Amino acid sequence: MSLLEVKNLTVKFPSRKGDFTAVDDVSLSVEPGEILGIVGESGAGKSTVGNAIISLLEAPGYMSDGSIWLKGGRIDDLDENLKSTIRGRRIGMIFQDPLTSLNPLETVGAQLIETIILHLELSEKAARARAIDLLNQVGIENAEERVDQYPHQFSGGMRQRVVIALALCSDPEVVIADEPTTALDVSIQAQILSLLRKLCEERNVGMIMVTHDMGVIAEITDRVAVMYRGKLVEIGETEKVLYKPTHEYTKSLISAVPRPDKKADRFPLVTYIEDVETLPEDVKLSDLWLGKTRDYEDFEGSMLTVERLKLDFVTKRAIFKRNNTYFTALKGVSFDIKQGEVFGIVGESGSGKSTIARCVTGIYEPSDGTVSICGADLNKLVDINKRNYYRRQTQMVFQDPFSSLNGRMRVENIIAEPIIFHKQAADKTEVRKIVHELLEIVGLGTGAARKFPHEFSGGQRQRISIARALATRPRFLICDEPTSALDVSIQAQILNLLKDLQEELGLTMMFISHDLPVIRQMCDRVAVMQSGEILEIAETEALFNTPQHSYTKKLLELMPKFRTSA
Amino acid sequence: MQEDNISWAQDMRRRIADNDIWYSFTHTPIAYISAIIGLSLIALAIFAPFIAPQNPFDLASLDLFDASLPPSWLDQGDQRFLLGTDDQGRGILSTIFFGLRISLFVGFTSVFLSLLIGVSLGLISGYVGGRVDAVIMRIADVQLSFPAILIALLIDGVFRTVVSKDLHEDLALYVVIFAIAVSGWVQYARTVRSSVMTEKIKEYVQAGQVIGLGSARIMIKHILPNVLGPVFVIGTLHLALAIIIEATLSFLGVGLPPTTPSLGTLIRIGNEYLFSGEWWITIFPGLTLIILSLSVNLFGDWLRDALNPKLQ
Repeated sequence: MSLLEVKNLTVKFPSRKGDFTAVDDVSLSVEPGEILGIVGESGAGKSTVGNAIISLLEAPGYMSDGSIWLKGGRIDDLDENLKSTIRGRRIGMIFQDPLTSLNPLETVGAQLIETIILHLELSEKAARARAIDLLNQVGIENAEERVDQYPHQFSGGMRQRVVIALALCSDPEVVIADEPTTALDVSIQAQILSLLRKLCEERNVGMIMVTHDMGVIAEITDRVAVMYRGKLVEIGETEKVLYKPTHEYTKSLISAVPRPDKKADRFPLVTYIEDVETLPEDVKLSDLWLGKTRDYEDFEGSMLTVERLKLDFVTKRAIFKRNNTYFTALKGVSFDIKQGEVFGIVGESGSGKSTIARCVTGIYEPSDGTVSICGADLNKLVDINKRNYYRRQTQMVFQDPFSSLNGRMRVENIIAEPIIFHKQAADKTEVRKIVHELLEIVGLGTGAARKFPHEFSGGQRQRISIARALATRPRFLICDEPTSALDVSIQAQILNLLKDLQEELGLTMMFISHDLPVIRQMCDRVAVMQSGEILEIAETEALFNTPQHSYTKKLLELMPKFRTSA
Repeated sequence: MQEDNISWAQDMRRRIADNDIWYSFTHTPIAYISAIIGLSLIALAIFAPFIAPQNPFDLASLDLFDASLPPSWLDQGDQRFLLGTDDQGRGILSTIFFGLRISLFVGFTSVFLSLLIGVSLGLISGYVGGRVDAVIMRIADVQLSFPAILIALLIDGVFRTVVSKDLHEDLALYVVIFAIAVSGWVQYARTVRSSVMTEKIKEYVQAGQVIGLGSARIMIKHILPNVLGPVFVIGTLHLALAIIIEATLSFLGVGLPPTTPSLGTLIRIGNEYLFSGEWWITIFPGLTLIILSLSVNLFGDWLRDALNPKLQ
């Protein structure tokens, strides 16, 4: 008898267009002290399995078939009152976002004590002692003092520890962790994962770890279940599934994970992902509008030179300017990008890497320092035509595919806008022709032109975003975390596309990412950033093999240990 | 893709069939019933000159011998006047049709004007920020501390002292429209301002800046279409309010003159005769006003819920 057993679970979401089967006939089990990973891409139904187990399915979803057993007792057909004695007491839950899973108006202690009293019927005093004890166990120092603090006084990682303490406070038999480290930086992720592992072993708790991240799976799970479009395609020992996958989907998923250990030419062609129309072999980019000679003057020297770039944000405005309080996002950053080079910037959140991109493209005005593109200092250019000439050469692909496209415009108008604005085409027919060409180049086909952005998936939207960036025929492309919002197989496709475009068009690229393996696959040279400063700039291979700065070394150590066997 | 060949018309039809709001509309009785009632009232108002048995604004067609007749189904009722007549011999039914025309005209134009002022100021305020924002929003705060009806009265009062009495009769309609419009822009400005502030930090706005587009173009072409949803909701609810404010102003005697009666003017005229037994002069226009504002309000309520993703 297993600790937790899920048998033939099927979850349906009825809608006016018919039932959508989110989870289709899934069976799995968890033993005490074991961590079972559920991995899959967005929409695979992995979170829904977790929610079904604690019977917190989002309306209008319901379990249409199957059963859930906890220590041999069936729990899915109990009435609401009995279910709530299991939820939180015998099954704990850890959610993704530590910012929203704690109540900001109550102290951490009050939330813990409330839960403890509810489940264990202890006295207030005993509950408090237990709360402090739990905080100690999850690695919060000065627990006696911190128990009376509010959630905002804790950092993201510390808050996630509190959430873990909350999940553990009734000594549950099973803990379900839904993407517990996705919202955290790598360095904190590693600490939280080892904490979870330790707690599982010490308390002999069974854990289900829902995640999209292969690195996390490799790091802490004993067994792993792979889900694809609601179905369980493979389940087994983690080692075996990751290194000797049997199902086609698992194989393609694993081959799409960027390798941290060496630079591959491109990602192997991954099947099982969304349909993309590739250009016919005989069509050369150089024959199309995009590839034709561009009307830019040649110049000597670097594509981009950034010198002592400094940017302050006003955090508190005073009546007199000199009394303002500032937050310094960039503390005098200098680097240059040669023509035709792919330059990476890597750093954790808040390190200022995206701010650099926004200074270079003119979205933010730097407080000090110079930014020169193609040898011209943009902030000193007054003439609007000249300015636009340089603007046109620099384009950007943004991080969030959902907010970077105007939802009220058709795709053809989104892509046509820069063409028309920069007068790149003679008339409307030519504009339309160029738009269709661009859509084909990015693999969407001309049928996409008339649709609205919401009709596309994240990866397809990112393709539209790339087509828009190419519509001015830039020679310098800035990619700000272009794949961090995407699933790993889609990421592989987008990175392949960017790589192909870069090579065939001879683009210079600035590639910003927090993900070291991705940087390794894409870049020639890399800058490592931390709190507004560049710590180290080196050739990619040199950086990964012989890092100089201690922070770089630390980052490399924390990189997920998962390696593909391919 | 095989979808390449479909025409624009087919594309639109597919979109409408797919649309969630249209689905919600056709499946919410309160929404379509109030829309049908509202549209019929609008149709009555538009076609009043062709439907109404009499033109109440044409003084030559009025006969004082017909004054104060009760509805036709009562004793002494006249077949010509289904709902009776008022003190001037105007048929109540015809006057309601023409009154609706004025009420709806005032409602729509003043809402449109408010919307125009409010949305432009809100857009500028939210996008530019800083001092401009502070000035516009402080003006809005000051205005918000006065009730709408008081502002409308104030504007009307100022206008009365400025122009002569004859001219005032002719311009009364436009004064009322202006007064209602000015009293209502703040809501639009505030709503639009807050939506703009959340929209302007989104990446599609930055993408526009990277392309090199100017602020005006980004504001109008990119941000504006994304902030209009709530504006339409406020607009419909404001329409009902504007009609009621106009009726109130006319009831108080500072709105439209008795020669071109709106619903409010009719209710006021009828009010004087209520206790002498001629109840029909005030009751029927009053009922019309209630039905009109209720249907517009219910429609607006539905629209607000339908556009709110959290309630679905």
